[in-house]
Amino acid sequence: MNLGGLQAVKSMSVPSSSLSRKSGDGVSDQFPAGLRVLVVDDDPICLLILEKMLKKCLYEVTKCNRAELALNYLRENKNGYDIVISDVHMPDMDGFKLLEHVGLEMDLPVIMMSADDGKKVVMKGITHGAVDYLIKPVRIEALKNIWQHVVRKNKDEYKGKDCEQTGSVEDGEQQQKPPEDAEYSSSANEGNWKNSKKRKDEEDEAEERDDTSSLKKPRVVWSVELHQQFVTAVNHLGLDKAVPKKILELMNVPGLTRENVASHLQYRLYLRRLSGVSQHQNGLNNAFMGPTDATFGSMSSFNGIELQALASSGQLPPQSLAIIQAAALGRATNKSPVPVPLVDQRNLFSFESPKLRFGEDSLLNNNSKQINLLHGIPTNMEPKQLATLHQSAQSLGNLNMQLQSQSSQSGSLLTQRPQSQPRTPLLNEINGSHVSTLPSSLGQPIMSQALPSSVLPRNGIENVRGGTFGSVSQPSSALDFSVNHGTEFPGNSFPLMSNSGIPILTSKGMLQEEVKSEMKVPRGYLPNYDTFDELNQNRTQDWGVQTDGSTFDVSQHSNLQGSLDVSPSILVQQGFSSNLKSEQSRNIPVSKATFAVGDSRAGNISNPSQQLNSSPADISQRIKAERLPNMGFQNTFFPEQFGQDDLMSALLKQQEGTGAVESEFGFDGYHLDNLPV
Amino acid sequence: MERNLHRQLANMKKSLFDQGYLDEQFIQLEELQDAANPNFVEEVVTMYYRDSARLIQNIDHALEKNPLDFAKLDNYMHQFKGSSCSIGAKKLKNECTQFKEYCETGNGEGCKRTFQQVKKEYAALKKKLEHYFQFARQVGPVEKACRPK
Repeated sequence: MNLGGLQAVKSMSVPSSSLSRKSGDGVSDQFPAGLRVLVVDDDPICLLILEKMLKKCLYEVTKCNRAELALNYLRENKNGYDIVISDVHMPDMDGFKLLEHVGLEMDLPVIMMSADDGKKVVMKGITHGAVDYLIKPVRIEALKNIWQHVVRKNKDEYKGKDCEQTGSVEDGEQQQKPPEDAEYSSSANEGNWKNSKKRKDEEDEAEERDDTSSLKKPRVVWSVELHQQFVTAVNHLGLDKAVPKKILELMNVPGLTRENVASHLQYRLYLRRLSGVSQHQNGLNNAFMGPTDATFGSMSSFNGIELQALASSGQLPPQSLAIIQAAALGRATNKSPVPVPLVDQRNLFSFESPKLRFGEDSLLNNNSKQINLLHGIPTNMEPKQLATLHQSAQSLGNLNMQLQSQSSQSGSLLTQRPQSQPRTPLLNEINGSHVSTLPSSLGQPIMSQALPSSVLPRNGIENVRGGTFGSVSQPSSALDFSVNHGTEFPGNSFPLMSNSGIPILTSKGMLQEEVKSEMKVPRGYLPNYDTFDELNQNRTQDWGVQTDGSTFDVSQHSNLQGSLDVSPSILVQQGFSSNLKSEQSRNIPVSKATFAVGDSRAGNISNPSQQLNSSPADISQRIKAERLPNMGFQNTFFPEQFGQDDLMSALLKQQEGTGAVESEFGFDGYHLDNLPV
Repeated sequence: MERNLHRQLANMKKSLFDQGYLDEQFIQLEELQDAANPNFVEEVVTMYYRDSARLIQNIDHALEKNPLDFAKLDNYMHQFKGSSCSIGAKKLKNECTQFKEYCETGNGEGCKRTFQQVKKEYAALKKKLEHYFQFARQVGPVEKACRPK
């Protein structure tokens, strides 16, 4: 037991009582004795050995050989455990899914363990928020120190409440995902963003903070009901106005503090991104929504609400957008400059992309128009999506939104493949509503984000994800993208994010999934060229990211259309990358970024501007080559690719219009650093 | 006499370690033994042999199929490896690792060959440990864990 450490913690003005339920000023010597540990492992031998070891450390141990059972224990006894140790490979539920659930619902520190010490698996644990990863056979020495994770988490939570400016949520989240910083180079930005945002919000909360600073509030568990109240409040306020203080007031839950709400808001964004990636999306969604079947619905509704808020706000105030995106993108932004090859990034960010997706989803929903089409919305959705998208896709502004929403949608779709059905309705409605309002600036980030998920942009196919989107092909038939996307995007998404910050993240998530699908299909060329054009237009604006700055005009679209071979992912990337950059200029440099990443097939892609104007063939080529690499965020314009000339023109128009908008937003919104507070 | 028995037991254990049958994890298990659980290690090992017999069977059946389902084989072996290393079965763990490598490369022959080794080591260790525990029971329940010199 490290009393010294305990003392140190105390010195941080964290009441000793907050450190451990059992230790107080007088009984700190006992800490960490009595730490309540829940061990989950399907191997009875490991379970027995761990139990014995933990008991030797004087912890209170509860054994469990099934993840579902463990979750039940945790839910029934909300404050009954301090820490969870779980195996990675379990027959009934993946250890990472359990990790997400626990993090989302109970916010407890979770330690993963496995005989598998492969770097990928360990990284997966990190990105999913595990506080530690132990390699089997686990030694008792390793278990002796697990209490540090409990203390750290409590300290962060406490500190968060005390001084939000530093981003309590951020701290808490950071503690949970410190390794993520590596992945998300923009975590610092995110933090800054959070800080700036928090500063604004917290100015009036100063007194509140002071009052709570003296004592540690019990951890708030976000049950389904509580979360629903939260979501309702957010929707009611509108994304741009959904500040923790107001949310708190609307929720009117006794005992809930603004800090709790602020943390939850950030955490939700993070989780959404996480789940956006896909595999865990289902789980995550569930977790997000609570252990109910409504997860899907709730997620969508949440996203939808956000999107609607975005849409209604028209230009999606930088603040809200920034918030959402920053949160979502924050992580991604750090990743790397746009040109980062997607392939490499892909793996790295695969975890992240889901998150992004989520974040983007909400944003994207606004862009439902275009994105729906493009996103490889789950098979069911696709036909509807496309239809919806076509109609709504006309407006440029919407494009952005759509793209984003789509991406978000698709992202969610992607991740939630099985839940595609529920999504469909969501997407459809989102598409419709968002189509028109999102300002281009918004659209851009969205687009980028959307792209990954929306698949559409990329592949032109809605089926961003091969898996779920299989059916996407409907409008675009070519959308095999879905399959390809998955893998490809991940890479792209990062570059995008860095540029534009947020949009990229979402797109990334989506991209990853999409990338997986098979880029082969020129999905980008979905029949929805209209939307594509629009997207393109938007993209051009947004594509400032990529490098060329050249606008990705319709021409690109046409190109994309032609050569969809590249696989939607690439398209998307372009769009995303452009979106990301959009802040600065809609120039499409996306093409550059996106295409650059990949192969040189496209060759031309690197110069979006040029390509844009050039024949569609170029674009398509580029797309092929790049496929996804850049797509992630920048290529939100991918949808454009699908689109035809009209789409492009629409986009262009919108871009022009959005350009102004962007300035309003200050694309700062997208940049985590500059997010207007 | 007692000392002799103790020394004999200690030598037995030492040889198991020297021959690479057991590793540090076994010591960890022994350190968990106390007055409340004097035969903890034996209980764990017994449980291990009972549970892993099923896994061995599964792998055997899976190896008879054609074509081989490497993912499934890898999965089974992962479980088996996890259990084996939990009791400190060093040689066995290494064979498992080798098997998993063959699975990854899709080397069916390599898998089958390695699994024969696995089964051999598995049986050999079982016998040795049975012998060891039998002797330990004779020596007395107060046998404390001590690292082989």
